[in-house]
Amino acid sequence: MDTLTESPLVPRTDTLLDVRDLHVEFRTRDGIAKAVNGVSYAVARGETLAVLGESGSGKSVTVQAVMGILDSPPGFVTRGEILFRGENLLTMPADQRRKVRGAKMAMIFQDALSALNPVLTVGYQLGEMFVVHRGMSRRDARAMAVELMDRVRIPAARQRVGDYPHQFSGGMRQRIMIAMAMALEPDLIIADEPTTALDVTVQAQVMDLLAELRQEMGMGLILITHDLGVVADVADRIAVMYAGRIVETAPVHDIYRAPAHPYTKGLLESIPRLDRKGKELYAIRGLPPSLTDVPPGCAFNPRCPMARERCRTEVPPLYRVTAERGSACHYWEECVGDD
Amino acid sequence: MGRYVIRRLLQMVPVFIGSTLLIFVMVYALGDPVAALFGDRAPDPATAAQIRKDLYLDHPLWQQYVHYMAQIFQGNFGTAFDGQPVLTLMSTAWPLTIRLTIVAVVVEAVIGVVLGLFSGLRRGRTVDSGVLVLTLVVVSVPTFVSGYVLQYLFGVEWNLVNPSVSPAAPFSELLLPGIVLALVSLAYVTRLTRTSVVENHRADYVRTAIAKGLPRHRVVLRHLLRNSLIPVVTFIGTDIGALMGGAIVTERIFNIHGVGYQLYQGILRQNSPTVVGFVTILVIVFLIANLLVDLLYAVLDPRIRYA
Amino acid sequence: MPEPSSAQDPAESVGNAGAGGTMDFAAEQAGSLTAPPPGEHLVPEGGTTTGKPRSLWSDAWHDLRRNPVFVVSALVIVFLVLISIWPKLIASGNPLACDINKSQDGPAPGHPFGFDLQGCDVYTRTVYGARASVTVGVCATAGAAILGSVLGGLAGFFGGWWDAVLSRISDVFFGIPIVLGGLVFLSVVTNTTVWPVIGFIVLLGWPQIARIARGAVMTAKQHDYVQAARALGAGNTRILLRHIAPNAVAPVIVVATIALGTYIALEATLSFLGVGLKPPTVSWGIDISTASTEIRDAPHMLLWPAGALSVTVLAFIMLGDAVRDALDPKLR
Repeated sequence: MDTLTESPLVPRTDTLLDVRDLHVEFRTRDGIAKAVNGVSYAVARGETLAVLGESGSGKSVTVQAVMGILDSPPGFVTRGEILFRGENLLTMPADQRRKVRGAKMAMIFQDALSALNPVLTVGYQLGEMFVVHRGMSRRDARAMAVELMDRVRIPAARQRVGDYPHQFSGGMRQRIMIAMAMALEPDLIIADEPTTALDVTVQAQVMDLLAELRQEMGMGLILITHDLGVVADVADRIAVMYAGRIVETAPVHDIYRAPAHPYTKGLLESIPRLDRKGKELYAIRGLPPSLTDVPPGCAFNPRCPMARERCRTEVPPLYRVTAERGSACHYWEECVGDD
Repeated sequence: MGRYVIRRLLQMVPVFIGSTLLIFVMVYALGDPVAALFGDRAPDPATAAQIRKDLYLDHPLWQQYVHYMAQIFQGNFGTAFDGQPVLTLMSTAWPLTIRLTIVAVVVEAVIGVVLGLFSGLRRGRTVDSGVLVLTLVVVSVPTFVSGYVLQYLFGVEWNLVNPSVSPAAPFSELLLPGIVLALVSLAYVTRLTRTSVVENHRADYVRTAIAKGLPRHRVVLRHLLRNSLIPVVTFIGTDIGALMGGAIVTERIFNIHGVGYQLYQGILRQNSPTVVGFVTILVIVFLIANLLVDLLYAVLDPRIRYA
Repeated sequence: MPEPSSAQDPAESVGNAGAGGTMDFAAEQAGSLTAPPPGEHLVPEGGTTTGKPRSLWSDAWHDLRRNPVFVVSALVIVFLVLISIWPKLIASGNPLACDINKSQDGPAPGHPFGFDLQGCDVYTRTVYGARASVTVGVCATAGAAILGSVLGGLAGFFGGWWDAVLSRISDVFFGIPIVLGGLVFLSVVTNTTVWPVIGFIVLLGWPQIARIARGAVMTAKQHDYVQAARALGAGNTRILLRHIAPNAVAPVIVVATIALGTYIALEATLSFLGVGLKPPTVSWGIDISTASTEIRDAPHMLLWPAGALSVTVLAFIMLGDAVRDALDPKLR
């Protein structure tokens, strides 16, 4: 059967980021935790890829490796390539790679309160991007900061540019994070659960702003989330991760229509739905595996309702389901055909 | 802000009274200043009574204390039993001790922060463990031991400095005594900086700074160190008062006639006005240093605002 | 609005810093150490722990036995305690039997460290000096720890005016530099035993322990399991003894261990200044003081007691440091 482990799913000419067979491990006192075990995905210019998974699935670690902000030690990239605009970031000299960060690819973090420096003004932190990457003077950089704050619709930007992060509300702080990421109009934005820490009422506003700016500037976006509702609205494609691997990747609508992996299926069925009101909510049984002790075979097998002998011994490769779809389940055909 | 300062000043009043009263009671009630004045000779009862009356010693202790404090706040620190006004002693002793303290503070701040940053950035490596053990060793060697050993090595064995400080005590001669005085605090600043750097190094905003593509020196100095220094600066601020009061041993070793030396002489000779006068000023310096540090905290960390 | 004197604030607890003694060092430990609730650490990210969870204490013990710093300092301390109880184990001479003719002589057969100013055997005096140091250290620490944790613990638990009064009182003690206080207090005492020195150290040492205990109790009080016990109808005594004390005791033990080292240094400093222990008590501080005037002619007189003193203080501080690291999973 055709597999996708080594080759990109769809050969494209406009590929922006191409992660190939990435392995990351954490060497701790209690043993080696294999956080990422052969992840491959690609993002095209202007495309939005949503990466889905539980905490500990390796979705954040993968993008940290892409960004080059892995805590090292204990984290190490042990294998793979990260091609950004055709260049391998992992073999690039440190200083050259630093210049890519912030300018060509930028990141939005989950908790803006802790991700912004508490003792520096937001104006300083925004302006720093221009001072460092563009060699601007402090004064010009500050003017740019005001402009950016206007752009992410922070009221009275001119008056608030000298305020500190804790003086803003959660939603406003996340807007500042977005402004910081957009500052130098990078090609790729990585947003690590950008709305998780916000109130539900603000989540939609921030998400809309992000989607709008992304469209305006034509950037690629990797959106890490566990909110399937958000995914359906903004993503073009989805990659589902489990225990450090991609278990399914597909265009967003295909996945909602017919998941090709039992884990994806479980995730979708565990969303409360109005049309199934009154029925018991589905829950995936068991717990995610410890990364120091991943089960042999398919990592999902102890929790999988359709697991058989083969699943306990043989690691499933990423099978090609359609031209732009892959599933890491030996029995994906049964899974798709189920519905 | 203004209300906060006033509240803190009010809180300082009982502490000031408590500390000075404690010392006052120790000096005047536990010892007998008049007997001390006469040394081994038995004083003539009439003369002794007259002296007691002159020195306000014939009143109950609390009245003596009130009388004494009232005098101090009029600028009258009394006369040492050898006839010298305490104020004269102070005017020669304080400049020496202040200079010594400045040297010590600069030494502990500069070396301590550099070492702490250095080892904090290399957490868990050999350099880090080495610095940590070194700080423990420095803390374990009491000042009077390190003082004599350094004085012997630098002053006698290698003949690099004058082992005894001249009465004028220029800064150059105070370098070695300043280091000796600062050693324990230096170890403390090093560890505090290290701990703070290690904690902040894992902070999200440092990760953000790296993700912004800032050069390493900028990440370390502007983001990491700037935040890590908050507890360190407040420690150093409080330490100023403590160093002044703690210079007794150092001043004795290097024969510096500063506050510590005068206090030591005053205590051994039961020279009560000297002791209480110097201690009162020390307590005030200590309290004001603490208040300033609290206010400095707000400047360093904008999250703290005083109601 | 938060006050600046939060748990982070080291400024609060360093009142008697740098005063020749080394009282301030233990204060550092307090900031970073509040007892975590049992079993809250060592869970790898996203994983489940296998095997039975270990308690804070057995986990700490597990770590300590493998820590060379702990093993070495513990062995040194055991050795010190042994020779302070039975100095004859390793020294057969009499520390007070001196021969003035041998004043400042160098090492001789049977006298490996040479002789001091009075012609006493430096080796014997160094061995016998351990007794005074260990006695003062242990008794003063026990006294300060008991007094401090009871007063501080109650203040942390009940709060209110009792807490306010206690805070002001400890402020008063922190306002007095400790060596200075020792000079004033002990210079008028004529008793030559170790007890006035111990009493003085307890008097100025307890507020430091009280602050740690107060902070630890206040932290432990916030924990959910304490609220749960209260909701289940447990009384104050039961909550304090069963739920809070076991969790608040770790920081107190760490600080007390380190304080023990600094108290020994403090005793030596006071003896050096002539107000601590007095002859005929054999004390490293006194011997160092005598030796200091002769350092040019006979450095060996200073070297041995100073070395013994430093190693002793170091052993206790390192022990406390190792215990702190083992009990504080945050700093791994």
